[in-house]
Amino acid sequence: MKWLKSEIKQRQHLLPAFFYGLRKYVLVILVCLFMAGMLTTFSTDTVRVAAQKKNSCAECHSKLEGRLGQPSKLFENDIHNSRGLSCNDCHGGDPTKDDKAAAKSPYSGYLGTPGPTEIASFCGKCHSDASVMKKFNPSLRVDQVQEYYTSVHGTRLRAGDKKVATCISCHGNHGIRKSSDTQSTVYPKNVAETCAKCHSDGDYMKEYGIPHDQYEKYKASVHFNALNEKNDLSAPTCNDCHGNHGAVPPGITSVANVCGQCHSRQADLFRKSVHKDVFDRMQIGECLRCHNNHAILTPTDDMLGIEKGSVCITCHSAGKGFQAAKEMRSSLAAIKRRVSEAEELLEQAERAGMEVSHPKFELEDAIDSLTQARVSVHSVSVEELNKATAPGLAIANKSFEAGLAAFGELNFRRKGLAVSLVFIFFLAALIFLKIKQIERPAKEAGNDGSPDS
Amino acid sequence: MDTNGPEKPSRRRFLDILLGTSAFATLGAILYPVFRFMVPPQIVEAQQNSVVAAKTSELANNTGKIFKFGSKPGLIVRTDTGEVKAFSASCTHLDCIVQYQPEAKNILCACHNGIYDLAGKNVSGPPPRPLDEYAVNVKGDDIIVTKT
Amino acid sequence: MKTEALKLWFDKRLGISSAVELAEKKEIPLHRHSIWYYFGGMTLFLFVVQVVTGILLLLYYRPSAENAFESVQFIVTEVEFGWLIRSVHSWSANLMILTLFIHMFSTYFMSAFRAPREITWVTGVFLFVISICFGFSGYLLPWNELAFFATKVGTDIAGVLPFVGDFMLRFLRGGDEVTGATLTRFFGFHVAILPATTTVVLGIHLLLVQMHGISVPPGQEKESVKKMKFFPNFFLRDLIGWIVAVGILAALAAIFPWELGVKADPFASAPAGIKPEWYFLFMFQTLKYLPAKILVFEGEVIGILAFMLGGLIWLLVPFINRRTDSKKAKVVFNVFGGFVLMFIVVMTIIGFLD
Repeated sequence: MKWLKSEIKQRQHLLPAFFYGLRKYVLVILVCLFMAGMLTTFSTDTVRVAAQKKNSCAECHSKLEGRLGQPSKLFENDIHNSRGLSCNDCHGGDPTKDDKAAAKSPYSGYLGTPGPTEIASFCGKCHSDASVMKKFNPSLRVDQVQEYYTSVHGTRLRAGDKKVATCISCHGNHGIRKSSDTQSTVYPKNVAETCAKCHSDGDYMKEYGIPHDQYEKYKASVHFNALNEKNDLSAPTCNDCHGNHGAVPPGITSVANVCGQCHSRQADLFRKSVHKDVFDRMQIGECLRCHNNHAILTPTDDMLGIEKGSVCITCHSAGKGFQAAKEMRSSLAAIKRRVSEAEELLEQAERAGMEVSHPKFELEDAIDSLTQARVSVHSVSVEELNKATAPGLAIANKSFEAGLAAFGELNFRRKGLAVSLVFIFFLAALIFLKIKQIERPAKEAGNDGSPDS
Repeated sequence: MDTNGPEKPSRRRFLDILLGTSAFATLGAILYPVFRFMVPPQIVEAQQNSVVAAKTSELANNTGKIFKFGSKPGLIVRTDTGEVKAFSASCTHLDCIVQYQPEAKNILCACHNGIYDLAGKNVSGPPPRPLDEYAVNVKGDDIIVTKT
Repeated sequence: MKTEALKLWFDKRLGISSAVELAEKKEIPLHRHSIWYYFGGMTLFLFVVQVVTGILLLLYYRPSAENAFESVQFIVTEVEFGWLIRSVHSWSANLMILTLFIHMFSTYFMSAFRAPREITWVTGVFLFVISICFGFSGYLLPWNELAFFATKVGTDIAGVLPFVGDFMLRFLRGGDEVTGATLTRFFGFHVAILPATTTVVLGIHLLLVQMHGISVPPGQEKESVKKMKFFPNFFLRDLIGWIVAVGILAALAAIFPWELGVKADPFASAPAGIKPEWYFLFMFQTLKYLPAKILVFEGEVIGILAFMLGGLIWLLVPFINRRTDSKKAKVVFNVFGGFVLMFIVVMTIIGFLD
């Protein structure tokens, strides 16, 4: 340090000369300083931060309490948000303006909160425009709004009813998720609950004169069970039968067509049967007459026949229909009885020690036949039913025979055993006698095998 | 010398004859099942591992046929290119018997509208898994299907 | 005359007259414990039954995981009298091991292992071990659930041994797990290796018995004890026993047929309460009672080593017991034998009741 100080002191007198020497480079130095300043101020980070979409809507509304603060919070999970869309893409307005009046001025195209009658067109602005949707999800349909106006909701809305469902009633308004998102209000498992929001509300639905117990009934059904308990996403919920945007109850003469989308065999048989014309004429509602529309329960064999609990006797008390019901039921009962007899016999044979796994296995095909028979009930033709039960009955009979054969074999074995045991013990006795014979006189003469005799 | 002294020769002989016959009979009763066992039974093989599903002459292009594989149903399909494929015909949803649809060129289960493609893969409807595929061998006019 | 000429013809070529002479001389001592002399021959007879029925089963059985169960099912359902041959084979195996136990313990308590019969005893213990191996390997062959898991547990126990455990496990299983490879290997043991070994060891055992004759227990005086000729007297009695055994086997096969079970599924979980065959039960039950850790060692390992040590002592009994006339030695050996027998019996019963 001391050395440095002395060095500087030695050269101090040279300082002014140093700067004097630099005078030609003053301009260069000034330009460099200027550029450095500019670059610092306008470096990429700063530029980016400045260019990031300013969203004055979110900035203000996220600070608000209650209803006005909700949208920006919900929008974080919205699918439109994740696609880069923002408040102004739907509501209009100028998100770059901090001033409320400027942001929401009519010149900025601000639309405000759409009323119920405006919502469909509000959403349809994009969702009905194929050239717009192509940019985001080319496979999405663009006719939802069109369909909507064919629905009960849409037609009533046009007639002035503001209570009906619009897009946002089912899809939500700011936290809209894809229908494949499990948290979406329109995810298959959640659809029924979404519809029930209005349709199960007795007070809300009072003026319409339609029942409001559909959701309760649906929850008791096999379809609900399949969808929610067994996680079979192909099981139907409200929209599968009623349509989703064009929601309307299926016509009373087209119920079979709707159910037949999945239950094609039954629907086919029904349509070919004598019931179709009769039901349609009497406006009975096809499938739902016997199976109900919402509370569709697991069908049982008791539904068929002429005993208490059957659906046939609600119309038929005598005549051809009555006879047919009786015969069909007894035909089903016959095959069930035969199958259980065969099962019982084979179980017994197995317990007795016989090997009957093959016939038991084949008997399962008879169960298959029983299932087919239950489907063919929908033809309400005794002939059709018997065609279905015939193979199963044959299998059940064959299995029963196999059971009898097993017992026959068992008896054969037991008899065979008895006979051979007789032989065996007879022989043993004879050998015993032989021993006695060899040794008896020898005992007297000393010949019992001892070497001394 | 008769060491079995006072015993009457005839009685001794009787016992010997009886003994011999009885021994012979018992031996026979033991050997009979042994020999019957060794004779091959009618059904010679333990398991139906392979079966002749159809004749090539019977199975036209773009048709399907149900056949019995042991006690389970099988489906044999001849595509329109002539390739033969075989699957288990038990639908993986609820065991109904599937069928081949020539117009749609796929496999349908009519119970709940389940659809499988020609690789046996479940493409639509309730079926949770593809159909089991079997190996196909064509020997002359016979189409032989074997469980893999 | 014809028979005489025939005998002479064979004798000139095969030299059987000397064998016939020896056979004529063979005697059985008669005393109040003579009843036990039947059990050696009975075990031999049941072994012959096993060989015959086993060879018959070989005509139809298939030793692969895919086919084994089905082939046994085939034998029992399709082949004529298949049910009989199969059930006799399974029942006779158990009966044979029972008579073997009786034979082994009766010779022990009658001190038949005394000089000069030490090697007879040793070969006998080897035969006992071989028979257990026959039972263990044969049990797996039907490839049903019970058999599969019994084999898994059994080979697991073998794997617990120190040093050689891992090797033993892989050697027995033909791999790390019980698979089709295990089945094929066990089949090889059961129909080739063990029978070949038995032929040699059994041959020596029987030869030695003929050479030394039937031993007389120490209580009975060797000179004054009554004797019975083996041919035809004792042999005919033996024969009655064997014929009755055939009857018993036939009855068991017809009235209590051996079950087929459920086909083994390596991916299924073990059914509750698996137990090995009754002749392993006493060891299995003992291992269950041992605590998980004894000092620093695993309880199971100590248990198995203890059993092996016990087996070794059992094998070497003739060499430990030198002073055969000493009353004290006799008491000690009887007590030891009695303890072993009681232990096995009690543990087996508890194993059944568990």
